[in-house]
Amino acid sequence: MDYIGGLIAAFISVVLINNLVLTKFLGICPYLGVSGRLDMAFGMGMAVTFVVTLAGTVTWLIDHLILMEYGLEVTRYVCFILVIAGAVQLVEMYVRKFFPSLYESFGIFLPLITTNCAILGLCLFLNLWDIQNFVKAVVLSFGAGIGFTVAICIMAAIRENLEMADVPKSIKGAPITLITAGIMTLAFLGFAGMIK
Amino acid sequence: MSSNTNTISLGSTFSRGIWKENPVLRLLLGMCPTLAVTGALKPAITMSICVMFVLTCSNIVVSLMRNLLKPHLRIMMFTLTIATFVTIADLAVKAFAYEMSQTLGPYIPLIIVNCIIIGRAEACASKNNLVVSIVDAIGMSVGFALALCAVAAARELLAAGTLMDFSVMPDKFVPWAAMSMPVGAFVVLGLLLGFINAITNKSS
Repeated sequence: MDYIGGLIAAFISVVLINNLVLTKFLGICPYLGVSGRLDMAFGMGMAVTFVVTLAGTVTWLIDHLILMEYGLEVTRYVCFILVIAGAVQLVEMYVRKFFPSLYESFGIFLPLITTNCAILGLCLFLNLWDIQNFVKAVVLSFGAGIGFTVAICIMAAIRENLEMADVPKSIKGAPITLITAGIMTLAFLGFAGMIK
Repeated sequence: MSSNTNTISLGSTFSRGIWKENPVLRLLLGMCPTLAVTGALKPAITMSICVMFVLTCSNIVVSLMRNLLKPHLRIMMFTLTIATFVTIADLAVKAFAYEMSQTLGPYIPLIIVNCIIIGRAEACASKNNLVVSIVDAIGMSVGFALALCAVAAARELLAAGTLMDFSVMPDKFVPWAAMSMPVGAFVVLGLLLGFINAITNKSS
């Protein structure tokens, strides 16, 4: 029971308390670029969740079973980025084949998941937080994706309403989005006391 | 005559990275490090130096191999080149500035996915010769460094009343802790972008 409780705590902490977008500043580019409409933001979130779960799991396995075993930690970054690029290629082919309309609306952003810092960042954080347990690594990877989806969907919903608002001309677009995101991080700060 | 036009175009290649096509403030690339390492000036400067090293080296390599690149594999080649140089930079920082590497944490390896570097490889180095690529890389990294330092200086000044760890504010100054938290990063960068938009709108 303790074991499952620990996993749930890890999941909540990576979704709300250590949210990659709002506290670690990872994945800001799609966060600003794709958050214009709610349905696209949700699609992007799902794509990122899939890739990050896959990449997090595979890189954890490679890191622990191959790199650490044979003392090849120096090549860690090169291996990680290769795994991520491969996973993105897989998702891109899948989406293009089965959801052509979604593929059209993603445009350039789908291949850009490769350069989404949230994914490489999570793989590095799994290493930094010294996660020794495989199941926990999978849960954290999945949670990171969900956290990204939550953040980007909230942002998209706010921005849909922001279009109606009378914003001064020079802070339209990216500046007001950043300031809104800043206020959102304050709200998420309230979760900080939830898990010690 | 030809050497004259050459100098002019090199000069504008250099200067476009600083203002007209500033990667952070105009193209909105590389926002993650801009927000993450700007809590104080020192990490921001270390970050800028690392980015300058990686960007220059990757531009040199990409420019040298531009005729060998296969279109569908080029992004992969760029990323691998960048990852190699980032590994070098990461090991160098760990060796010579261990405390700084602890402060920066995963943000040095995250230079790999910094859109500025892959963007310059794609937009400039894979189409131009060696000299233009190097000048472009230096111009872009100076623009990146300026943007980072502007945000970092504002945040460090307001959060701790110091610049480069030297106290500069009067004694009565009350530190504004929120500026060192994520909210400070987002709001300062947002206001800076708005300020620059306002200048551009006025001059055009």
